[in-house]
Amino acid sequence: MKQSIFIIKENIALTHDVWKMVLEGDTSEITRPGQFVNILLDGLYLRRPISVHDAEDGVLTLIYKIVGVGTARMSEMKPGHSLDVLTGLGNGYDVTRAGARPLLIGGGVGVPPLYMLAKQLCAAGCEVTVILGFRSARDVFCKEAFEALGARVLVTTEDGTYGTRGFVTGVFDEAGDYTYTYSCGPEPMLRAVYNASGTSGEYSFEERMGCGFGACMGCSCKTLYGNKRICKDGPVLVKEEIVWEK
Amino acid sequence: MGEVTNKLAVSLCGIDMDNPIIPASGTFGYGYEFADLYDINMLGTFSFKGTTRQPRFGNATPRIAECPSGMLNAVGLQNPGVDAVIAHELPKMRAVFTKPVMANVSGFSLDEYIEVSSRLDAEDSVGWIELNISCPNVHGGGMAFGTCASSAESVVRAVRDVVKKPLIVKLSPNVTSIVEIAKAVEAAGADGVSLINTLLGMRIDLRRRKPLLANVTGGYSGAAVFPVALRMVYQVAGAVKIPVVGMGGVSSAEDVIEMMLAGATAVEIGAENLRNPWACRDIIQALPDVMDKYGIDSLASIIGAAQP
Repeated sequence: MKQSIFIIKENIALTHDVWKMVLEGDTSEITRPGQFVNILLDGLYLRRPISVHDAEDGVLTLIYKIVGVGTARMSEMKPGHSLDVLTGLGNGYDVTRAGARPLLIGGGVGVPPLYMLAKQLCAAGCEVTVILGFRSARDVFCKEAFEALGARVLVTTEDGTYGTRGFVTGVFDEAGDYTYTYSCGPEPMLRAVYNASGTSGEYSFEERMGCGFGACMGCSCKTLYGNKRICKDGPVLVKEEIVWEK
Repeated sequence: MGEVTNKLAVSLCGIDMDNPIIPASGTFGYGYEFADLYDINMLGTFSFKGTTRQPRFGNATPRIAECPSGMLNAVGLQNPGVDAVIAHELPKMRAVFTKPVMANVSGFSLDEYIEVSSRLDAEDSVGWIELNISCPNVHGGGMAFGTCASSAESVVRAVRDVVKKPLIVKLSPNVTSIVEIAKAVEAAGADGVSLINTLLGMRIDLRRRKPLLANVTGGYSGAAVFPVALRMVYQVAGAVKIPVVGMGGVSSAEDVIEMMLAGATAVEIGAENLRNPWACRDIIQALPDVMDKYGIDSLASIIGAAQP
């Protein structure tokens, strides 16, 4: 974990409520896809955890959905503004378990962290298929970005206004054979993927956090191998340890 | 810089400390998350995560909520239980922290307080026992003992009989008169008191129209509570003869000095560690300059200086 100051280079709307922020700063602690950063915002007490969309050579890209006061404030920030950011948080995905044909499944604001993962897997020569699930056509983002990496992209929307109508699990057959699953999204989606997936896999969870680095026990969950902290031992859990509680 | 150590030194219940700075229980784990960030031996000491007899998962999530200049938590005393603390956590802590540590003890019955306190009292690495009779986030435990003078007195008396090390009793602000509780635990043999634990609060999720925390209520901490905490430290320090450990919203070297002027012998820092993991290091490093600014030669000399 490292604390450093990042400068906003770009902050633009991708959809009606999803924004992309590009920052410059020290990205050296971000070592795996699926990690997150924790941002201190003026006038707010707790830092805001945001998943890393991409990080390379001092350029950090975040894609975030406006869900509350913190993310609303982020969307109002202009290029040139500086932010106090803790980087290198969370375990992230393990790319070495992908096999030849990994299947990546993202729902809504769970889509962004899969980008850096897909980028590394494509670069490693994997045949990557990505399923992106959204509520409606107006919520779709990042499809072209995944395609540009060389991944095959299937999109579902709940109302059928874009791609295949229904949930992400509805296009598993179309995705074909896969060797491993990586997933990030709302808990009901993760659970559906868990039940539909025929392989082992990694699932990224979300929880309200206090510190983001394992000190406060604010985001604990039960697993088959004992209690874990979503922020420090997660946010990525492997399929074999997950306990569904809620 | 050799003098700096002397300027900051205090003595808490007979144990010398290089400085009065103590990360508060529940915000610092067993130290090793922070030991990756800085040498935690620079701290006065720290109070480790509250320990109960049995392992506890704690409350359902969400356990955390943002508040104006602070936060709510309802963790609910998650800890691996006293056996695992002694077998696994203290040896790991020892590898990164060599000073006497403060062992925070919680419980749901008199027997549990007695057993956990005496087990931790026997550990070489433990310098002080901090008896938490003020946790607001568990039902039928913690605060239930600390909100009534007679029950506070009886639990302190029972634990006093079995522990040899200094016994510091952590008090709840969620009472009619914290001074009365402080006097009761002093009479029961406490060597010191620490205050304040968190203030009971809640938030409601506007979209769901339900309490934001799964536990409904939680403990409010952070900068917002500092004036309340300072007032209580001032009142308690004026009413008891035993040392007072001040805490509640402390976020800067200036806050530390205010707490000590009010009567605190040492100062715990809690929520601030969660937003700035280097907060205690930063405060210790800032203290000498702030002391110079206000003409303070030694922290020990200002304890209670604001008292009438």
